[in-house]
Amino acid sequence: MTIEGLYIIIAAMLIAASSALVGSFLILRKMSMMGDAISHAVLPGIVFAFLLSGSRAGLPMLMGAAATGVLASLLIELLYRKAQLPQDASIGITFTWLFALGVILISSYTGQVDLDQECVLYGEIALVPLDWLYTGAGGALAPRAIVYGVVLLLVVGLYLLLGYRGLVITSFQNDFAAALGISTAFWHFSFMSLVSVTTVLSFETVGAILILAFLVVPPATAYLMTHRLPVMLVWAVFWGLLAAVEGYFLARWIDGSIAGAMASVAGLNFMGVALVKQALKRKKRATALHTAAVK
Amino acid sequence: MEKVIDFLSFQDPTVRLVVAGTVLLSISAAVVGCFAYLRKRALVGDALAHSLLPGVAMAFLFSGQKDPWLLLLGAMVSGWLALGAMELIQQHTKLASETAIALVLSVFFGFGVLMLTYLQHHGGGDQAGLDQFLFGNAASMRSSDLYAYGLVGMVLLVIIGAFYKELKLYCFDPDHAQAIGLPTRGLRYLLNTMTVLATAIGIQSVGVVLMAALLITPAATARFWSYRLRTMLFLAALGGAVAGLGGSFASYLAPAMPTGPWIVMVLSFLALVSIFLAPRVGIFARMWRQRQNQRKIIRENLLKAFYHGLENREGDQAWLSRPEWQEQRHLPEWEWQIGFRQLRRHRWILRRSGHYRLTERGLAEARRVVRLHRLWELYLSRYLALGKDHLHPGAESIEHLITPEVEKELLRELDYPEQDPHRSPIPYKS
Repeated sequence: MTIEGLYIIIAAMLIAASSALVGSFLILRKMSMMGDAISHAVLPGIVFAFLLSGSRAGLPMLMGAAATGVLASLLIELLYRKAQLPQDASIGITFTWLFALGVILISSYTGQVDLDQECVLYGEIALVPLDWLYTGAGGALAPRAIVYGVVLLLVVGLYLLLGYRGLVITSFQNDFAAALGISTAFWHFSFMSLVSVTTVLSFETVGAILILAFLVVPPATAYLMTHRLPVMLVWAVFWGLLAAVEGYFLARWIDGSIAGAMASVAGLNFMGVALVKQALKRKKRATALHTAAVK
Repeated sequence: MEKVIDFLSFQDPTVRLVVAGTVLLSISAAVVGCFAYLRKRALVGDALAHSLLPGVAMAFLFSGQKDPWLLLLGAMVSGWLALGAMELIQQHTKLASETAIALVLSVFFGFGVLMLTYLQHHGGGDQAGLDQFLFGNAASMRSSDLYAYGLVGMVLLVIIGAFYKELKLYCFDPDHAQAIGLPTRGLRYLLNTMTVLATAIGIQSVGVVLMAALLITPAATARFWSYRLRTMLFLAALGGAVAGLGGSFASYLAPAMPTGPWIVMVLSFLALVSIFLAPRVGIFARMWRQRQNQRKIIRENLLKAFYHGLENREGDQAWLSRPEWQEQRHLPEWEWQIGFRQLRRHRWILRRSGHYRLTERGLAEARRVVRLHRLWELYLSRYLALGKDHLHPGAESIEHLITPEVEKELLRELDYPEQDPHRSPIPYKS
């Protein structure tokens, strides 16, 4: 394996680990499609960040772009509560609108924005080794995607470290938390912000739809395996990392999109676990029937 | 400008064809979407659209060309696989349906992207056209494509017309449909097949990613204007047609622009206008009604307080000072402010040197509110046997809502009582 390949895998692993942690809570809060919505809705914010800061947007700009994601979740709430649309329709209307706006912006400013329509969907992870960040003195620091990945992991880690209890109690027992006087709105919107930041920082690398794969598939796989949250988090990260590595080699082997390959193998991993789980269940039932019959 | 006129006059036969095709595709997707919307399957449509990508790419991979029938076949196969996968996950695992949708959507799409990129790196010739499935490009459709997709769209509309009654019943009340012996399983398959087909032809003009908008947004928009399914379907079709027209117009003016985002922008604009401005159910209408209600409640509370002041005063004096009035009831200052203004505007109070009195109409109104309050308290204590200290809150909220008909009913039921449970006299129309 070349050093470039290593960079790509490291960047993907950083994103996979952070998304697995965030995505686990997304699943527990039954908000997977909200993740889908936010991952699409941040696009206009990102395009604006790019337009304002030239061809490459810096970290602070991207953090600003994450506000679009929070805005989208507010808009969804507005449609759901004030206009009394069904929740799925509120989500569908909001994100398609914002995403369409983003695509139109991109195609109107093709020269000025270093994004294209396909990259928006499935990222440009293959370009990770080509785009370096430099230190003030001019020395090469690390590929940009890896720096962003580290920042993302730190943000997610810090949020979970500080907010673990609040997030857990509002995820499992929202009413109880409200009765205890915990601000459920605070946890909802701070968590939505975290999802937005995750999306924005991974956007260029894996694109809007494949970030959803990283957010949902490894945690869903882990969710099948255990009832305990800490164990689930560990497994989710494991499946995320595994998909990143497997996906890279699959893509190299058949010469296709790396991010697409990662999503595909994540799906295969899920299928494998689900089938094993199903087989175990059947076997257990058969044994139970057998013992009952013997008695 | 010249181009605008060119477009609008429909002189060019290609323009005519593209416009007719896009409009027809959008209409059939919008109509089928209404049923998905009513069954609360809106996001399943989103997932389906994304899941068609591998099938479309696969059809291309095997045939090496963009034959519309083969692409439809591929789309059908992967659409059904995706539906099956979602159903299996929901039935056999503890994952929520939301998660199942997101999972199938992202994995199928990822697989589709993998195949697309594989094609781009290995395939030859025509493969550039495949990108257009992502965001749609109406103008690039050939006439043979248009005829095929247009035909499918027509067939969908005809099927909906033929099974209208059955589909309607199934969407609104599946249990009842089953109870009266309709083949509900068959109807479900029919609706799912129609959704897959509508999505498959819709992605030609809006693309995979934004297809959800073509299914959901016209339906949601139409819902704001009508509660009748027939009207809703018609309005959704109209919205789809307008958006299709707008989209093909944009793609005619700027051929490099993908059509999908423009169609979605038109649809979203229509939706936003309806969401805010629709009569009765729009956000503004709702807010206006809420405000009117709030004012009515404040008005009536102030009148009641005044009436209590009249009851508690000494002598026969009709004038109350403002502190005398305000001490009858604890309300925030802004409510008093709004209330004073409201009462004056209705000409229910007169004011002279800091003192107030009720006009004749104001007094009648005050007596009405107090009467309703006390009648309701009596009703609660007599029929629900509530204790005296539990009567007030219930009456406090319902007195603003009782209509003259209910009042008449109450009076008859309680046999025109003299006193409420707290022994306060019930004021009748003088």
